[in-house]
Amino acid sequence: MSPSLPDQTPAPPRWNRLRMIENPALRYGLLCLGVVYIIWSIGVLEINWHRISTGIPRAGNMFVRMVPPDFTRWSLLVKGVLESVQMALAASFFGMLLAIPLGICGAVNLVPKPVYFVARTLIILSRTFHEIIIAIFFVKIFGFGPLAGVLTLIVASTSFISKMIAEDIENMTPGQLEAIRATGASFPQLLLYCISPNVLPRFLGVSIYRLDANVRHSTVVGIVGAGGIGQVLAATFSRYDYDFSLAILMAIVSLVFLGEFFSSWVRGYLR
Amino acid sequence: MLTISNLQKVYPNGTKALNSISFTVDQPQVIAIIGPSGAGKSTLIRCINRLVEPSAGQIMLDDVNIASLGRRDLRKARRRMGMIFQEYNLVDRLTVMENLLSGRLGYVSFWRAWRRNFPPDDVRAAFKLLERVGLEGYQDTRADALSGGQRQRVGIARALMQAPDLLLVDEPTASLDPKTSRQIMRLLVELVEEQGTPALVNIHDVALAQTFSDRIIGLRKGEIVFEGTSQDVTEDVLTDIYGEEDWSLTIRKANGEDRGDDQTQGKNNGYLREAATG
Amino acid sequence: MTVTEHAKKYPQVWRRFSPRTTLIHYAWYLGIVAVAVWSVSNLDLPWGYFLDAHVQAMDLATRMFPPDLEFWDTLAAPLLETIHIATLGTIVTCAIAFPIAFLAARNTTFNTATWFVGRFILVTSRSVNTVVWGLFFVAIFGPGPLAGIWAIAFRSIGFMGKLVAEAIEEIDEGVVEAIEATGASRLQVLTYGILPQVLPVIYGTAVYRWDINIRESTVLGFVGAGGIGILLYSSINQFQWREVSLILCSVFGVVLVSEFVSAMVRQRIS
Ligand SMILES: Nc1ncnc2c1ncn2[C@@H]1O[C@H](COP(=O)(O)OP(=O)(O)OP(=O)(O)O)[C@@H](O)[C@H]1O
Ligand SMILES: [Mg+2]
Repeated sequence: MSPSLPDQTPAPPRWNRLRMIENPALRYGLLCLGVVYIIWSIGVLEINWHRISTGIPRAGNMFVRMVPPDFTRWSLLVKGVLESVQMALAASFFGMLLAIPLGICGAVNLVPKPVYFVARTLIILSRTFHEIIIAIFFVKIFGFGPLAGVLTLIVASTSFISKMIAEDIENMTPGQLEAIRATGASFPQLLLYCISPNVLPRFLGVSIYRLDANVRHSTVVGIVGAGGIGQVLAATFSRYDYDFSLAILMAIVSLVFLGEFFSSWVRGYLR
Repeated sequence: MLTISNLQKVYPNGTKALNSISFTVDQPQVIAIIGPSGAGKSTLIRCINRLVEPSAGQIMLDDVNIASLGRRDLRKARRRMGMIFQEYNLVDRLTVMENLLSGRLGYVSFWRAWRRNFPPDDVRAAFKLLERVGLEGYQDTRADALSGGQRQRVGIARALMQAPDLLLVDEPTASLDPKTSRQIMRLLVELVEEQGTPALVNIHDVALAQTFSDRIIGLRKGEIVFEGTSQDVTEDVLTDIYGEEDWSLTIRKANGEDRGDDQTQGKNNGYLREAATG
Repeated sequence: MTVTEHAKKYPQVWRRFSPRTTLIHYAWYLGIVAVAVWSVSNLDLPWGYFLDAHVQAMDLATRMFPPDLEFWDTLAAPLLETIHIATLGTIVTCAIAFPIAFLAARNTTFNTATWFVGRFILVTSRSVNTVVWGLFFVAIFGPGPLAGIWAIAFRSIGFMGKLVAEAIEEIDEGVVEAIEATGASRLQVLTYGILPQVLPVIYGTAVYRWDINIRESTVLGFVGAGGIGILLYSSINQFQWREVSLILCSVFGVVLVSEFVSAMVRQRIS
């Protein structure tokens, strides 16, 4: 594979298209492989026209039942949304706090190797598993409700923010660390006078971003029973209560919107 | 003051950077360390404050052996040695004053450091040093807004804030233009004389070394191959250190230039000590 | 210099921030803590659970060990299904996101109304989580991977469309003008002038999204939209913890490998 940039010299009318893959044999080979894969996987998944065609009228039916959205049970809606927001806020707060030590432990240039490996393993483990998988475990341990949701979001936020902190620390020029170490500063002072000035701006930015992401995720962890508006939403789907579903969806979309707006506003303010 | 005996450093990858280095620094003077790239100059300087762990040997600063100190005592010992770097190594996002005060970190508690609440003497010394290095009024400028020469002045001031017994200087001028280089070297020499603090200076520029140092140590492949005054540096010596080359233009002509140290008053009065005594 | 002169000349105090700014900082800290306290106290968290949480967790850990390797025979097919869902979903995404990206890019859209429609679709798609889309499509197509594919696709459209639209807005107009000058039709301009320029971005984002989608498709089964999630859910509900740990290990492996593959392909593209 040899990638190439689009040629800047226009040579129409016989325009020679530039390809990502120059070698035609390889290109068509890959294309064939792709087509074969698609056919094969569709076969494996037993997707056929019948299922799709029966779905279409059902979609129409569902659409009819969804519109207009039903806002009469607004108190339930508000309660769910508020719970989601509170989950997101609490999780962001604790995530930020926990991410600082974990991030520091995950920076190879600051801590002994064993600490580094433990911290990195924790970060990788919690990043690999989807929030909902983590949520279901917390539900098993702590029972249904927002506690499981908050803990899930804390785990996700912590690993996300700490990974970024660790990377930022590792990317620092070693000179500053050496200079502060050479003054006889203690490790906490080193964090204070060298690490934090370098990491703080992006740490705040990422934390704000994470708040916004937590708002989004807090709307889904409820699907496995971990509290928030998602729990209400899942219930409406199982009761075919589609007009209320739409109301909830609209609330979620506007909540996500608000979250994004708030986060970009704060990041602009920080800059 | 500083006695190094049989210092050795073997890096984990097997590179023998230092081979049984011994020398003594017993008076406040500028000691230039010259030698080709890879000779082990930086390694030597860094071994002294243990930014690099020495493999064997003794480093006696007065009567403590730095090579065998534990973490806590090492920090105490590091407070006594100021370090100046080629790349200045200021903390970019801190102000000049914070950078200066970071030289006092070894003496203040975490909470004071956190609240930027340093003892009045430290602050006063910092202001005085700032003026001395020619950066009066720059205290609230962020370090990344300074020019190279200005940064190096801050770097020097930070090292002096420690009221050190020894200055370790690793190529202070390698990133600076010739004129600024001379200014910085001159400042260093003056401060060494004012404060009575010896300085070990790694330097590539032989002429600069001859002009501004009292004593020169030549290093080659981790061994000391020359020790003497500026006048002792001959073409033969340079050939011995660096290898065959036409050295006639490199060597400073006898009394061709002077270092221009016109203001040498009041020795042995470190800024901090002076501030402390009033 | 006398002591007083000395003291006068050099200040003894230096503050990084003015008292006012310091006050504002503390107000921020206080505000953040207050919000956190408010959130936590309103959630009515059952703190008592924490008392024996470590016991529970240890219990779970011992039950999960060792992984039930025989379960692999049951596991392989749904695992493959998970990958298929992510891949097919990403392919569908490419097909849909691309035209929408053209609508949502200012320089290729037809008019303000179409631009607005394009943007609206992208925003809606992004605001709804994959799993929520999953609920939706399970209601339409019934449980199974078909719903999963559509769920993946509908969430990814917004992601890819946004990035591709940004790429389209940043293309080199010179090439486009040169082709327009030859009297090419709109479609020709598109395929010869714009497409080659945004193709690397399309491939890059598609591969990137594919890797995210693998991770997302591992949980689609929780709402019945196919893949390994169904198995995980049922194993958990039947307290088959040794099966669960094998599933988790395999998910871990697949996600790591896909991340690696995606990173490698993206590196080659750029
Ligand atoms: N961290 C390290 N790991 C392994 N070997 C190293 C390391 N640092 C330096 N060395 C090796 O040690 C030897 C001495 O290096 P040192 O940096 O002390 O030389 P120097 O005299 O300062 O050179 P320069 O004039 O280029 O700064 C070199 O051979 C170098 O490759
Ligand atoms: Mg060096």
